[in-house]
Amino acid sequence: MSRLAEARAGAPRRSLRRVPISIVVAAATALVFLFLAVFGTLVAPYDPDLQDLALGVAPPSAAHWLGTDQLGRDVFSRLIVATGPALAGPIVVAIATVLVGASLGLLAGYFGGRTDDIISRVADLIWSLPGLLVAIVVIGVLQGGLWLTVAVIAFISSPHAIRQTRSATLAQIGLPYVAAARTMGLSDVRIVVRHLLPNVRATVITTAMLDFVTAILVFAALAFLRIGVEPGAANWGTMLADGQTLITVNLAVIAAPAIAIVAVAASITVIGDWGHERATGEAGR
Amino acid sequence: MWQRALGRAVAAIMLLIAVSFLVFSLLALAPGSLETTLLGARPATPELLAAIRGEYHLDEPFLVQYGYWLGGALQLDFGRSIVSGAPVSSIVASRLAISVQLAAMAFLLAAMIGIPAGLAAAAWKGRPGDRAITFSAVLAMSAPPFAVGSLLIFLFGVQFPILPVYGAGDDGIDRLRHLVLPAIALALGLGALVVRQTRAASLDVLSQDYMTFARARGLSRSRVALNYALRNVALPVVASLGLLLIVALPGAILVEVVFSLPGFGSMMVEAVSAKDIPVVQGLALVSAAYVIVVSVLVDLASAALDPRLRGRWAR
Repeated sequence: MSRLAEARAGAPRRSLRRVPISIVVAAATALVFLFLAVFGTLVAPYDPDLQDLALGVAPPSAAHWLGTDQLGRDVFSRLIVATGPALAGPIVVAIATVLVGASLGLLAGYFGGRTDDIISRVADLIWSLPGLLVAIVVIGVLQGGLWLTVAVIAFISSPHAIRQTRSATLAQIGLPYVAAARTMGLSDVRIVVRHLLPNVRATVITTAMLDFVTAILVFAALAFLRIGVEPGAANWGTMLADGQTLITVNLAVIAAPAIAIVAVAASITVIGDWGHERATGEAGR
Repeated sequence: MWQRALGRAVAAIMLLIAVSFLVFSLLALAPGSLETTLLGARPATPELLAAIRGEYHLDEPFLVQYGYWLGGALQLDFGRSIVSGAPVSSIVASRLAISVQLAAMAFLLAAMIGIPAGLAAAAWKGRPGDRAITFSAVLAMSAPPFAVGSLLIFLFGVQFPILPVYGAGDDGIDRLRHLVLPAIALALGLGALVVRQTRAASLDVLSQDYMTFARARGLSRSRVALNYALRNVALPVVASLGLLLIVALPGAILVEVVFSLPGFGSMMVEAVSAKDIPVVQGLALVSAAYVIVVSVLVDLASAALDPRLRGRWAR
């Protein structure tokens, strides 16, 4: 076997073996929640909206693992069923952010000059806004639903993706392969899409993961404040808000959604940080 | 330096004018006609409608309305609350003190714990101490302030009732006691940011050639750490502390709601829920001015601290 083929054959196995245990745990956690998001309604032991007013709020028991809320609804089932909505919005946000952010970041990094100036200025401007505050004001005043929320969060997260992709592109732009591609007379579009994009891919993916985490936290915060959510639907943020007065009887009403949010956000952050460090050699900030 | 400061100030003022236009447009963007929005829950008598049309100059073109509003805003007159009828500026002023006290306490906590923890993590890079600190920071960053707040209320309000968990209390020591738990809830996320920024900045400095050279020259460990590492870490850390002042704003909103603190942030949520647009506009404009002023000051402070940046700007 030639050395090149050997290196190729050996490379994936070696990199797999070097995955630290924390990443495996984080990935497993994320997969569990992904499973619940897709199959939640099938897995949930009870109908999440089924009320048992005679029972009311009750602590965890054999019948209700995480107890019940003020209307006697099963907290465990509501937690599971809320996973889908909790992840769906942020996933759309992450995809939108990365599509917009990565293309603008590539443009700014590749063309430089005035293109870079304009894109970076506007990105810096949006970056300086306190995101949640903007979301509260805009979504609250316009009384928007899911799609407005997605659009606003994607808008305020996009500077992060732009900046990260831009600096990854700038790190690549001086390398010989870009000059070689230019010398061969390849078009700008082809160089950016076929040559630069694959080399900044790792940055783009880790950026998307961190934007996803931000979006989860903003979505939960808005739901907690009851801004832009439909009342009654199972939702981690609204569960936390409704559970405030029930903690003396059943702590799980707020502990369960809180732990779910932390578990999803932390596991994706750990994976994203790891990917970021491997892609750039820098620590996550 | 002064030229730079002047440039930043002019850009900030232009930005503030642009933001004020967007904030004013909120009124027109809100669902329903302008009159019904401004009427709120009051009965729609012809007299009241006429009064509202007059007060907000609704018969004039949009840009003229904006001109009147901006003119008032420049004199700190943001109109009156639809709900209570009180002037927006006095509402904002009455709510500001608690938020500033809360933010100051959280800021001190975050800095005092975050900076040493970040430095320690960088010094122990890759070892168990670093892993523990880094992972705690990720957890703290992933925990929404309102969830942390709720759990603190359970711990110190229900299980071990040693600290107040509701309201702001009276001035003085009582206020301080009431702000302990909210400040911790807010400081957790802020501290995590400080840890990560400090660790990343320290690792960056530690990998520089001048550090290797300083050690190679046989300088004492303490001298290398203090004169070479800390001095260079200070700049990015100070800049990140400045940005904390901005990040604290949305966090404070959530914490104030959880602990029923009558502050700036809970006012914002109340006004948005009550569709009290003039109050929302006033709060949004004040927040925008605050964010813009802080980021300009952080920028200028970095320049004052770092001779290299000063040189770059002079050119």
